[in-house]
Amino acid sequence: MAIVYQKSKGLTDKELHYCPGCTHGIVHKLVAETLEELGIIGTTIGVAPVGCSVFAYDYFSCDMHGAAHGRAPAVATGIKRVSPPGTTVFTYQGDGDLAAIGTAEIVQAAMRGEKITVIFINNAIYGMTGGQMAPTTLIGQKTTTSPLGRTKEHAGMPIKMCELLSTLDGCVYAERVCVTDIPNLNKAKKAIRKAFELQQQNAGLTFVEVLAACPTNWGKPPIKAVEWLKENMIPYYPLGVYKDSAEVK
Amino acid sequence: MEKELWKGNEAIAEAAIRAGCKYFFGYPITPQTEVPEYLSLHLPEIGGCFLQAESEVAAINMVYGAGGCGVRVMTSSSSPGISLKQEGITYLCGSEVPCVIINVMRGGPGLGTIQPAQGDYYQATRGGGNGDYRTPVLAPANVQEAADFVRMAFDIADIYRNPVMVLADGMIGQMMEAVEWHDIEKRELPAKPWATTGTQGKREHNVINSLYIQPEPCAEHNEKLEKKYKLIEEKETRYEEIDAEGCEVLFTAYGTTSRVCRAAMKLLADEGIKAGLFRPITVWPFPYAQLKKAAAQNSVKAVVVAELSLGQMIDDVKIALEGSKPISFIGKAGGLVPTPREVADAAKKAIGR
Repeated sequence: MAIVYQKSKGLTDKELHYCPGCTHGIVHKLVAETLEELGIIGTTIGVAPVGCSVFAYDYFSCDMHGAAHGRAPAVATGIKRVSPPGTTVFTYQGDGDLAAIGTAEIVQAAMRGEKITVIFINNAIYGMTGGQMAPTTLIGQKTTTSPLGRTKEHAGMPIKMCELLSTLDGCVYAERVCVTDIPNLNKAKKAIRKAFELQQQNAGLTFVEVLAACPTNWGKPPIKAVEWLKENMIPYYPLGVYKDSAEVK
Repeated sequence: MEKELWKGNEAIAEAAIRAGCKYFFGYPITPQTEVPEYLSLHLPEIGGCFLQAESEVAAINMVYGAGGCGVRVMTSSSSPGISLKQEGITYLCGSEVPCVIINVMRGGPGLGTIQPAQGDYYQATRGGGNGDYRTPVLAPANVQEAADFVRMAFDIADIYRNPVMVLADGMIGQMMEAVEWHDIEKRELPAKPWATTGTQGKREHNVINSLYIQPEPCAEHNEKLEKKYKLIEEKETRYEEIDAEGCEVLFTAYGTTSRVCRAAMKLLADEGIKAGLFRPITVWPFPYAQLKKAAAQNSVKAVVVAELSLGQMIDDVKIALEGSKPISFIGKAGGLVPTPREVADAAKKAIGR
């Protein structure tokens, strides 16, 4: 019988721990498929964050590091700088990890133009700790630490990482995608693939932001969560390419 | 062998290169900055990498990434910077990633001063990060030892898969002394099959990690680490005794302060008082049994602890002696160094002379 679909070799057989309707699983799959398609599973080292995807080191079949909260770009820098040429290094980070506690590390890694790929999952909330306000939480969005809704006066406007990093010369590719439906999923896959391809050419830091749903902490069933993402997140975090200063050869 | 004049910090940096360390991640802070400065010039010459990080926090995490790949890697800093590295140090210990960390101590607390001090003893020996972990700590008393201990530290780190700290102070970092680049003891080093070098499609993936979310595996991991720390205590405890046999006063001091004690011993000898020195070389593991034995001599009337702090190592001396001998203390914090006369007078007072 012909096999029409199978799990990517970029993933282990470990059962994912994610909640129903969470988008981490989809993004893991896209990253794993990309590593497999590019034939680089055996020469890739990934860095997992602290947050919901903290166990990502168990899910990807390449060599992995678990990093302290926010430090993944620094850990990835250490790995990349000492590994043989041709080694691919990526971080997989959420919005609390990358856009709050790890802001210095991601900005400086981008400034240096570290030859790493950063997969950034933005679900506008802290998932692992149970739904607290993130720097990406939208104005008016209720969380367990903004119970009346985030206000600009108190917490400022949500941070836009693609826009911020695209101002840095060392960040050669920044694209914001989502995985709410098949056309967008295909775009996300393309973006992830391009990010890894550009790394293989030593172009600089490549950054893919994925708008993601968190039904559990948003307090919505999965389908409603996707609708909320489309209606509320995409207008504030427009999809698209923010930086594309290197050509795929 | 030819002797060369080396500044402490530069000798530390050169020693790392001679130990086969090709990678350094650090951040400028006085009084250790000559270490990164030296390596920024010389590591690229040997095909290595020097990288000035955005912070000590980032630097130690770069070390974690690099060390996890199996290479010899070092970072250096001074007291406030070492405070920032504590998060990384506990992760390095938890993940069993070998590396060498240099602390050229200065005065504290907080920003303190840039002058020499030994106020980071608790932090170095008890751990400033979270959880049950230990790092072997070698404390050089001169530039020669700084050069030797850095090389030894890389071996200890690799043998036990653990970070190792070299605890110097601003005096040793900044002064120039003669150094002989003699061979150090050749030790058998284990392979690093755990390193993240890419699976190359030939093995299961390696994971460098300190997370054990279930309590039983986490407890098991802690017990495994504890066994390792016990082994380090057994095998790596180092100390030196100088004129300790038959002494009336037994000084206990490490690093720069041990040299002040040696000068004080001469002053005391002129006054007919026989003083000796017990110098811990590893402050963790601390030579408890050896100190107790040295102090147990009938001749010893008092143990005098000298530190560039207001009393931190003295706790270990108390643990070692278990009340068996009177202990007194002379110390200064905040960048001042007691004179040999002050130390000698403290010793005289301790024995009622």
